[in-house]
Parts: sequence; C-alpha cells; structure tokens
Amino acid sequence: MFSRRSDLPFDKDDHSRFLPWLIAFMVFLAMLALSGMLVLEATATKWDQGVTGTLSIQIKPGKDEREDKYRQDEVLRFLDTIPEIGHFSPLSGDKMLLLLEPWLGSGLSAEDLPLPLLIDVELKPDAYLDVNVFRKRLAARIPGVEVDDHRVWLERFVNLIRSIEAVATAVLVFIGLATVGTVIFTTRTGLAIHRGAIEVLHLIGARDSYIAGQFAARAGNLGIRGGLIGLGLSLPTLYVIGNMAKKMEENMLPEMSLEPQHWMVIAALPLLVSLIARFTAHITVIRMLHKMS
Amino acid sequence: MSPSGSIVRFENVGLRYGIGPEVLQDISFSLSPGSFHFLVGESGAGKSSLLKLMYLALTPTRGLINLFDHDIATTPRRQMPELRRRVGVVFQEFRLMNHLSTFDNVALPLRIAGIRESDVQKHVIELLAWVGLQDHMDARPPTLSGGQQQRVSIARAVIAHPKLLLADEPTGNVDDAMAYRLMHLFEELNRLGTTIVIATHNQQLVERLGLPCMKLDKGQLSMFDPSGDGRSATALAQMSQSTKKGTAKTETTAKSGIENYL
Repeated sequence: MFSRRSDLPFDKDDHSRFLPWLIAFMVFLAMLALSGMLVLEATATKWDQGVTGTLSIQIKPGKDEREDKYRQDEVLRFLDTIPEIGHFSPLSGDKMLLLLEPWLGSGLSAEDLPLPLLIDVELKPDAYLDVNVFRKRLAARIPGVEVDDHRVWLERFVNLIRSIEAVATAVLVFIGLATVGTVIFTTRTGLAIHRGAIEVLHLIGARDSYIAGQFAARAGNLGIRGGLIGLGLSLPTLYVIGNMAKKMEENMLPEMSLEPQHWMVIAALPLLVSLIARFTAHITVIRMLHKMS
Repeated sequence: MSPSGSIVRFENVGLRYGIGPEVLQDISFSLSPGSFHFLVGESGAGKSSLLKLMYLALTPTRGLINLFDHDIATTPRRQMPELRRRVGVVFQEFRLMNHLSTFDNVALPLRIAGIRESDVQKHVIELLAWVGLQDHMDARPPTLSGGQQQRVSIARAVIAHPKLLLADEPTGNVDDAMAYRLMHLFEELNRLGTTIVIATHNQQLVERLGLPCMKLDKGQLSMFDPSGDGRSATALAQMSQSTKKGTAKTETTAKSGIENYL
C-alpha cells in the first residue's frame, strides 16, 4: 500500500527497455579498454623500475677462451673501482642459454654458439652514473666492450605503451560520449511520452527539479543495472585473456596482471556509469522543461 | 488575506487558441478570500478554459491575471510551483496517474510538497476513508468506476488544504448522496477559508445551494448572486434536511470525519 514508486509510468516505456543492454555493451567495451590500459600502465612501470638502475656489459667473444677470461676479469676489476655500482655479476653460459631458449629451443650447449660474455650491473639506490662517461672510460681500458643501459629499447617500449594507452583512453571517452548520447535520447523520448503526466505534476506544484529527479532516478537505476550486466560479462572475458597472457608471459612477456586497486576501479565502473546516466538525465530534463515552458 | 483583498483577479482577459476566434473575451472579475462560486454555462462556453487560466495551465492572449497578489505575466517561472501548490484542481477528465495506486495518487501533492511520509500516510488514509475509498487504497484508477475515480481526483485536489479550489464538474459521475457528501467536503474547506469555484452543469445543485454564480455565455462572463447575500450559509443544511432519512446518519458521521481531517 505504501510502496514508493516513480510518479511517472516508466515501467510501461518500450523506449527504455533496451537502455540497460546498451549500457551493458558499452560498459563491457569500457571494461576491456580500461583493463588493457591499467595492465599496460602497470607493466610499463614495472619494466621501467626493473630496468632503470641496471646496465648490461657485453664482451664480444675473442680469439680463445683465455682471452675472454682475461677481458672479463679486467672489466670486473674496473667495475670494482666505480663507487656508484652496488653489485655486478657475470652471467653463466647456462643462464644465457636459458634466456635464449624461447627463440633457439632447448638442447644446445654453451660451446655450440659463439656467445658473448654478459655482466649484469646494478647501481646503488639513488646513485647517478653518467653512462656515456662510463662507456668511454671502459672502452678506453678494454676495447670491444659494449655498455647497454636499455634506454633506447625502454623508450621505444614505453612509447608503444603510451600510444596504446592513448587509443584506449580515446575508446573510453567515445564510450562515455555514446552513453551520454543514449541517455539524452532516451530521456527526451521519455519527456515526449510522459508529457501529459508531467503537466499534471507541474499543475499540482512539482518543480522542474522534482520531475528531473524522477527521470534521473530511473536513468540511474537502468545505468547501474546495465553496468552490472556489463561487469558480469567482462569479468569472465578478462579472466580468459589473463590466463592466456600468463601462459605467454612465462617465457616472453613481463608479468601482466591487475593490481587490487585496478580491480577496485573496474568494480566502480558500473557505479560511475550510473552516476553519469543520472546526471545526464537530470540536466536533459531541466533543459528540455525550460525550452518547453 | 492578500493585500489587494482578492485571491484571483482577472482584468480584460482574452484567450484564443492558435489563430481561432477568442473563446474568452474581456473577462474581468475578482474572487475574495473564502468565497464560494459556481461557474455555469453551456457546453463550449469556455468554463474549462477559464479554469485553466486560473490554475495556470494556460496563459492569456491578452489582459492581466493576478493570483495571490502575483501578476502571472511577470512572475518568474521558478515561483510558479509555489503558486500552484496553493491551488487544488479537480480535472474534468480526472487526470489520475493510472500506474499509481489510489493511495499514491492522493498522496502526490503532499509528497511533491516534501511532507514527511508518516504525515502523508495519516492524512491520506483519513481522507480516503472520508470519501469512501478506504477499501480501494491499493486499486489502480483503471479498475475504479467513474465515480470512484472522481472521488480520488477530488481527494488529490483537497489533500494539501489549498487556498483556492477549482473543480471542473466534480459531481458529474456520482450519485446524489455522494454529490452531497462531496459538496459538504467543499463546504467544510470553504468554511476553513478555501476559496472555491465549481464548474458545473448541474442546475439543480446550483439552485438548491443558492451560491453566487459566474456565468459564461459565448466567451463573456457575468456574475449573479441568487441569495443576494454573497453566499448561502444555510444551503447545505437545508439540503441535508431534504435528503433521505437513510443517508442522514452517514452524513453526520461524514461531517464529523471531515472536520477531524481538516
């Protein structure tokens, strides 16, 4: 008897029946774009943190093993004199083969390939080393040694990720605009359909904001319903894609996963969509009622 | 009471729809607070149009309308809801919300005015009991008879104790006993200060109550007072005596009920 329901007969609206599904579809796409963006952002940060402060020193193979060993010792002695360097260690032949396994396959031994000698160098935390000066000093002392601070590779990688992120952001903006447009269209249609009932509400003293509130509540409800459907559809999709990426990343890619705070952003998306729908409907009704008066 | 001494004042008001002829011409009158008028005239004389101007559903083509000391032409749109909340309207075609229950329809003006839900429930239940719809609170208007819908419409119009009540054929779909009962509700509202205008075709009702009349004929208004004293204080009592013995007890109970409500 005392149940509070909308003063306007929205339940009989055919035009708004598909709104939750449209919103669900858009939320689904937004979830994929947002998840991709968050994963790439996290991956870029991880790689940046992982690579910054490290150097790789490559000693090209010489005439024989004895010369290689001499040159490596010289480099290690030189590294020992640099105060900014915290830790360095030569990579064994077996470890290098393990790194090359995804490309060359297993079953090879270090003797089968003319592998360079690699030394992993870690700088002390917060230490600054001018890599160009370091490179010149090392080359002057031991010719044929290359220093790689990964900067070129990292910059290209980060540029790629930033480009993909920009595309994902554009997709999110377009999805947001499409949601707003859909809500505006649905609300305007609703205003035309319920014109008679709205007139009665006005005549018994309803303010525009009261009527706008009815439309906003309706749009908000449809928005949250659509948002939850979209979330429900996107979670299994993200799970499947995540599993596929995990299988690949074991060998080729860095860890690509969503952090807890990312999941919170994703879970908040339906609420955000609902708020956008609510706000859009409210503004649309206020504007239209002013025009109609 | 308003400073000008009138609740509604029309000065040389004209109204036409589109490019058609004027349906109301040079309408001038004023209604003092607490007055009770019938609005009579042939079908198509412009009664509903005049009421629409009074409840601000239409704006005049020319002339001045002053409602509660507000010139409607210069009153900002944001102030209109406040004015409209002081006016109760019984629409000829009821204009109920068919998706809402009887209870929710009647509660609408109170909820719009932001009244607390506990007070809304108390007042609506009392008023619905008074108009004999206590057993139909959950019913939707399409399942009610014409007379029941009319009573819902009247209950919705009076629930917020309006300063001005405008009713378009409010007794057109009810039997004589209910017509009297509803007129008694209007009488009680009027006794408590509500200015009332009732548009009706019911000549018998007009003659029996002997209240002042506004008569529309071909878009022009004339006013007359059959009793000569502005209004007939005893009209309803006389009508009460003339009703059948069987309904007398109901009327006494009804009167007591509405007095409690109001």
